[in-house]
Order: sequence, then structure tokens, then C-alpha cells
Amino acid sequence: MRVILTGIAGKAGQLVAQELLERGFEVIGIDKRAWPNAPEGIQIHRADIRKRAAEEVFRHERPDAVIHMATVTHLARRSEERYRINLQGTRAVFDHSHNYGIKNVIFVGRHTFYGASSVSPLYHKEDDPPQSVNTFPELSDLVAADLYAGSALWRYPELTTCILRVCYTLGPACHGTLSSFLRGKRVLTALGFDPLFQFMHDRDMARAIVLALEKNLRGVYNVAGPMPVPLSVIIKECGRQQIPVPEQLFGLMQGRLGMPRVPRGAVAHIKFPVITNADAFREATGFEFEFDHTQIIEQFLEACPPPH
Amino acid sequence: MAWFADKDISERVDRMEVEFNQFGVDAYGVSKKELVRTYTLLAFFYRKYFDVTVNGIEHVPARGRAMLVGNHSGGLALDGAIVTGSMLLEAEPPRLVQAMTDKFINSLPFGSLFSSRLGHLTGLPEHATRLLEDERLLMVFPEGHLGTAKLYGDRNSLVRFGTGFMRLALRTKSPIVPFAFLGGGDAIPTIANLEKTGKLLGLPYLPITPYLLPLPRPVSLELYYSEPMVFEGTGNEDDAVIQDYVDLVKERIAGLIERGAKIRLGRGESSVQ
Repeated sequence: MRVILTGIAGKAGQLVAQELLERGFEVIGIDKRAWPNAPEGIQIHRADIRKRAAEEVFRHERPDAVIHMATVTHLARRSEERYRINLQGTRAVFDHSHNYGIKNVIFVGRHTFYGASSVSPLYHKEDDPPQSVNTFPELSDLVAADLYAGSALWRYPELTTCILRVCYTLGPACHGTLSSFLRGKRVLTALGFDPLFQFMHDRDMARAIVLALEKNLRGVYNVAGPMPVPLSVIIKECGRQQIPVPEQLFGLMQGRLGMPRVPRGAVAHIKFPVITNADAFREATGFEFEFDHTQIIEQFLEACPPPH
Repeated sequence: MAWFADKDISERVDRMEVEFNQFGVDAYGVSKKELVRTYTLLAFFYRKYFDVTVNGIEHVPARGRAMLVGNHSGGLALDGAIVTGSMLLEAEPPRLVQAMTDKFINSLPFGSLFSSRLGHLTGLPEHATRLLEDERLLMVFPEGHLGTAKLYGDRNSLVRFGTGFMRLALRTKSPIVPFAFLGGGDAIPTIANLEKTGKLLGLPYLPITPYLLPLPRPVSLELYYSEPMVFEGTGNEDDAVIQDYVDLVKERIAGLIERGAKIRLGRGESSVQ
């Protein structure tokens, strides 16, 4: 089976590419960025997913499936640019998939779709509405991309479309939102709040995505690993120092004393939990996580020890 | 062992049917350490400060889903604390009682932290349903916050019951164990509720007693549990049908209160001048 993987040069994309190779898929990557030392057998096209060169790859290679991971999650980029990449890129992927006879499309989204607020329930099911548009407006482009991808279920019924909302990842790749949050020696938290966090091993994430393809999954699914734990426990286990700060002081502390910068809307995500119920995915695919909390944290610590 | 933790309480928490992970936390963020610490304090008040009598605790199922449904008596969640304490200190095996908290608590610093570490999640239908489907013991006060605002003269009365708990019981096929709590009005004899002052403190209102502060007095408290009531249905019945079921539960609780109040009166219920 020939699979196009967009965003292949990202850390998460690389892991998925390796998993695909191991499972015997033929991998064709599309990314603006280079992947130096990519494993043999992977074809990489340096192209922007929204441009003609990318469409050419679809036309020529005639793949069977697409895994779309070319979305920007970090907030360093200006929101206009993020909007163009996340929403227009997703549109291009579905249009090309429809035009060039692709069978399966997997959109890799995020659990932050559901948003964090004081009145949102624990264990979101897939039909819960996206609250992050309200609580964290900076994420609205990702929410829009997720919903747009979901609309392919009725717009292009011939495509087997699968939307995965994956929880935070942690592990040797040292990549992703949670990993960046834990990078420094000290970690800022909101005083008087200690939300539950859900995270899974990088490789379990890659395995889950490939499994969704193998099982020909259609629909919207949450993907998660072991049971959630309080943020304070994660910080302690990762050998970091927790600095609880009254919410009002957040603006002042950011970017100083070795603290990372966190956008305003993100504060809700360290006050309230975003936890998903991933039972439907487990039932549909038989997915079981391989790495538990201890293994995930051990491997993260090895690759990303607290700075001295 | 954590500081301020009683050995007996710790042993009782160990015997609760709650699955804690290697960090001592369950799937809802309930912390074993916090339970032991808070229950140690609660046990002092339950055993030493107040004179608590519990009747009919055998009516509460030893395991599996159930809803404890009762009256509010006394502000400041004294009723909830005593019900929780009874299931920890007197039930065999001890059970964790989980309540649904007011939404405002979750947005306060430390509010959500402490309530969720003790198993009391934000009052959302999704939470209640999930806990019951997970075979937990849920405590419900259908009078809502109007019930906690009762003044001293109304201490043995019931205000309007919400109906959401009945649809929840029908949908999740959970037995309802009605209970009555007496003495809360004597412990915290409220003579007025200050709404504006309360709002300034981030509370719905501030109860005022003859000695000003709403601190509980060391009085006798009684808790009556009655036989479980099981209703058949889907939870999609007409409002009128649901209301009839709710009235049956309310009558049962009113009967328990009446019985308890007579006994208190016979004993010479303490009164406030």
C-alpha cells in the first residue's frame, strides 16, 4: 500500500514514517522542510502542501492513502500564517484525495480541540463540541481544520475519512506541547490548580495512527494512552521544579528566570483538564498502549534531562 | 505516611473499592493522600466534636452504583461531610462518597483542587453518569443551593426538589437510597443570609448566626438511611411521570425527617436564643 505522509519532516511525522516502513507500507513524504538522514526507502518531496508541486505528487504517485500531519501547533507562528497552513492545507489534502482516487485519508488532530474550562467534563467523547474556540482562540484554526476534515465524511462519501484527536505525547522524541512545557528546570503552574493531564508515548502515538489506517477506520476517534495523572505529579516525576504562581502574575513571570513563554489562552490548559475517552478507538482497532507512565517518563528524562 | 494521617483512617481508605495508580491517584484525580488527610480531620469532628448517630446504614449497598439522595441541613456542606464520614467510618466495607460541586467552586483557586482530590467533581450530568456507570456512590441533594440557605425556623422542612436526579437514576438504572440529616440547623443556626457580602467573597451568600460567624456548634446530629428505592424506566418519560417519582422520594425523606425530629424533640432538642 502506498501512503502519502504530509508533514513527514516533523518529529511526529518521522515516527509515523518509521512505523509505516516497519509495517510494510510504501512511504511518500511531502514537506517543505528537509529530513536529513531519512531512512532508505522513503521518497521525500520538498513541497508546500498548498502548492502545485504537492498536487503533482498526488497525480503522479497515485497513492492509496494519505496521512495528513502537516499542521502547525506551536504558537510562535503568526495566526494568519497558521490559518493558511492548517485550514487551506487541509482543504488541499482532501481536494487532491478526492480528485486522484485515494481510498483512505487520516487527519491527525489534537485533543485540545475540546478546550479547557471550569465547566467542561472529564473524559470527552467524540461528539462533545469544541470549547477551545472560546477558551483558547489561538487554537481556532486547528479546530476549524478538524471540523473541516470531518465534513469530508459527507462531502466525499467515497473516501474513508478518519479524524484522530490525539492526546499529548511524551517520550524520547522530546517533541510536542507537553514536552516544551516541561523543557526548563522550573515549570510555571497556576496557583491553586492542578489539572489531570493525559499523555502517551511518542511511539504509541505513531502506532495508533498506522493502526487506524490498517483497520480502515472511518469516523472521529479520540486516541489516548494510560490513565491521566495530575500535572504536579508529571512535573515531579520529570525532575522539574514546580513554581505555582497566582494567575494574575503570569504575564510578568513569562519569559523571565528561565520560564517558558505561554500564550494567554494556554493558561486555561494548566488550570483545567482536557481529558478524552478513547474507548471507541480501542474497541474499533484493538489498540493497547505499550508504554506506561513510568516508561514514558523514564525515556523522556533520558532524552531531555532537566537543565543544570 | 503523610503528615496528619491517622492509621485507622488510612487502613479504611485502603479498603475502599477505588483503583489508585502508582501515584496514589484514581482516574478522576481522587488522591489517596488527600483522602486520608482530610478524613483524619473529619473523623475528629465526626467522633469527638459532634455526637453523630447513624441509623440504617445497612441500606446502602456495599458495592456497585447507588445514589444517596437527601435533604440539606445547615450551610457550609456540614450535611455532605457527615454523610461522607458515615460511609467512611461506619460502613463495612468503607465507601467513597462522591458529590457534585457547584460550578463556581471549580473556577476558584484551590476550590477545584481540593474538591477533585476528594472525589467531588463539577456538577455536570456527564460526570454523574460516568461515576454511576463506574459503580461509584453518588451523593445528591435535590434541593440544590436553596436547601443550604434554609433559616433556623425552616431547619426540618424541604424546599422544591429538582428532577434531574430521577432521570439520571432511570438512565443509569441506579438504586436511590433516601436519607435524612438532622441537626445541621442546630449546629449552624442561620438567622440570615447575606447575599452581597457573600458575592464579595466569591460565594453565593454568607450565612449569619446569632454569634455572627457560621461556625458549627458541638450538637448531636442524626443520619437516617432508608431502604433503596428502585424505579423502572428509560429517563425519557414525561415531566409529570418524573415529578411523581420525585415526590415519592421526597415523601420518604420527609417521613424520615419527621421521625427524627420527634426523637430530637423527645430528647429536648437544643434551641438557640
